[in-house]
Amino acid sequence: MSQNFQTVKVTTDLLILGGGMAACGAAVEASYWAKKNGLKVTLVDKAAMDRSGAVAMGLSALNQYVGLHEGKNTVKDYVDYVRMDLMGIIREDLVANIARHVDSTVHLFEKWGLPIWKDEKGGYVHEGRWQLMINGESYKVIIAEAAKNALAEAGGEYFERIFITEPLLDGDRVSGAIGFSVRENKFYVFNAKAVVVAMGGAVHVFKPRSTGEGLGRAWYPPWNSGSSAYFTIRAGAEMTSQEVRFIPVRFKDAYGPVGAWFLLFKAAATNAMGGNYMVERVDELERWRPYGTVKPIPANLRNWLGMLDVMEGKGPIFMRTAEAIQKIASEAGDEKEAKKKLKELESEAWEDFLDMTISQAILWAASNVEPEKRSSEIAAAEPYFIGSHSGASGAWVSGPDDLQSAETKKDYFWGYSHMATIKGMFCAGDASGASSHKFSTGSHAEGRIVGKAAIKYIVDNNSLPKVNDAKVEEYKKLMFKPLETFEQFKNATTDPDINPNYIRPKMFMFRLQKLMDEYVGGVTAQFTTNKACLDRGLELLGMLKEDSDKLAAKDLHELMRCWENVQRMWQAEAHARTILFREETRWPGYYRRADFPKMDEKNWHAFANLRWDPAKNEWQMIKRPMLHVYPQAKEHELLGG
Amino acid sequence: MPSFVNPDKCDGCKALDKTACQFICPNDLMVLNKATMKAFNQEPEMCWECYSCVKICPVQAVEIRGYADFVPMGAAVTPMRSSDSIMWTVKFRNGMLKRFKFPIRTTPEGQAKPAGGYATAHGNLNDNILAQEPEALRIPEVYTIK
Repeated sequence: MSQNFQTVKVTTDLLILGGGMAACGAAVEASYWAKKNGLKVTLVDKAAMDRSGAVAMGLSALNQYVGLHEGKNTVKDYVDYVRMDLMGIIREDLVANIARHVDSTVHLFEKWGLPIWKDEKGGYVHEGRWQLMINGESYKVIIAEAAKNALAEAGGEYFERIFITEPLLDGDRVSGAIGFSVRENKFYVFNAKAVVVAMGGAVHVFKPRSTGEGLGRAWYPPWNSGSSAYFTIRAGAEMTSQEVRFIPVRFKDAYGPVGAWFLLFKAAATNAMGGNYMVERVDELERWRPYGTVKPIPANLRNWLGMLDVMEGKGPIFMRTAEAIQKIASEAGDEKEAKKKLKELESEAWEDFLDMTISQAILWAASNVEPEKRSSEIAAAEPYFIGSHSGASGAWVSGPDDLQSAETKKDYFWGYSHMATIKGMFCAGDASGASSHKFSTGSHAEGRIVGKAAIKYIVDNNSLPKVNDAKVEEYKKLMFKPLETFEQFKNATTDPDINPNYIRPKMFMFRLQKLMDEYVGGVTAQFTTNKACLDRGLELLGMLKEDSDKLAAKDLHELMRCWENVQRMWQAEAHARTILFREETRWPGYYRRADFPKMDEKNWHAFANLRWDPAKNEWQMIKRPMLHVYPQAKEHELLGG
Repeated sequence: MPSFVNPDKCDGCKALDKTACQFICPNDLMVLNKATMKAFNQEPEMCWECYSCVKICPVQAVEIRGYADFVPMGAAVTPMRSSDSIMWTVKFRNGMLKRFKFPIRTTPEGQAKPAGGYATAHGNLNDNILAQEPEALRIPEVYTIK
């Protein structure tokens, strides 16, 4: 089978894997420095850059803007906010690095043509302290356009519809990547001096709430399958915060955004009895000191308080949209003014969905919901793996040289900003860990950071690392094996779906989702697990891994699905192993260890890292210290759970 | 279904080497049936309803029908996207119609200039100052703790 595929070899200086926000940031910045240094940049996207990645549909807000020039916030303010939201476990050097550059990303976006809401004085309209409102239907189109223009100006190039699987290594240095076209019979071998990994996070590792046609309506896009995590893990890179999954609370079923409702419209969420869990359950927050008693209350704890209501049978939970809108309208002035304001708010509320979650607009229309007249249900979604937003999972990367304290420098700095523990491998956006709350803008800023750092690495190490041809041939055979398996056995039964010789990618995904859901703390397990469940889950995962050898694909599209699900499986294993390793419960609104229900600051105020050793095929768990760039009051940090 | 194709309108993008919907779908879902020369969604349960295919279709042949497993029937949300704005028509199950128009960009298509009009003189690869900084930050210098 593999002989039917033409091998295409591409040699470049910098290889950018991915086409989303982080990859586009990397393309823009790297092109600038590549041009000055006579280097070539090549970008590879599994889809079409105009509408690829998590921002494909658009967004209604920019969720990270520090606004240093507005003089109200500092970089340290942002670091403090993120550390508390993640219950004390973040890399301050990485968060600060992104925070100091994110404003220039936003200002560039505005110059490129992204409409950012302005107030009457010409300043940005803040949705919340760190958030700006935008007209974001074409957000990704505009950002991709700047990236493509930058590549063109610098003599770079981009490939679309190529699915990347394995990393290539030359000793301890990355030397490229391999992949295949999902449109024609071509096998690609990319050889590069440095590689930027920016292929997004993972969805559909856990069973989603909707399992019929609505399977695809995850909060995070269904095409993000853990490509980044797979790539870095398989290279032997150290990974961090793999236990941190993100579970957003969103409008129920269609997962429309709640940010504008909570922050801009100041709406409250209440249970079926009209009780507000944020008020009624305030005592619970004491259990999670010092993080439980800060403002804003960490996202996972807000989740947790709502979940407690649901578990006690007090659901459904409603977002009180009508009260919030009527209140703002009534404060607008006389009846005429109020009516005008109401119209304006109605339009803003609908745009919030139409810009980024159109399904929610369909669901409202299909349910005859007018938000100014009645409330809508909200609910916790399912677990996702992302290094951005309020997640933290990703590769363990070096910080910058200048944002370190005497104690952090030894552990957090090894030469190049946001480079993984593999030489020449840089990670950004959902691919890099422990730098939460970067959202779309921070991901782009992090892409810019690695764009420059990777070019610096190439200038310092200007030789082309070797590609092991024997290894490439081995990978090529492995990559196309699912097509061969299908061809070999498809006539052994009368139904291609039911065949004892192979498993097709969809059922393989369902098998993964079911075991993760039931044993590793998914929706039906109410996000709860324990050692016995995790051991059982890992046992089942082991058999799934063995059976991945029998995946079958009828065409290139299904071949991509096979490898996406292999990627999900590896993300799942890294997650389960790390949850098992961390013997405490730290983010109760993301998951709970029933056998260790409390937070353990004494033993687990630390990073839970892991690494898969490619030579030995073994996992190694690593505890890394949580060190501060900014001085902390000791007693504040050591308050027991 | 999520995205579906009206056979009376779809012409298989005859003039192009691949159909517009096939070109744009982030999840590789839209394909062309070569026998009928009509496009279809090959894996509707993997559709995010991102509307990229709906917005790009040159003959408005692609529409979205809400997920059958949780969305009541009868609604429709239809965009008309131009080069600087988008018009949405929201049809409710009870027949009510709402229409919204929003801007989508402030520059002409294709004109997103990478440097954004900021200075491009910065040439030190070894510092922590990115290409258009500090100008693009609108503050005198890039933050550091040294």
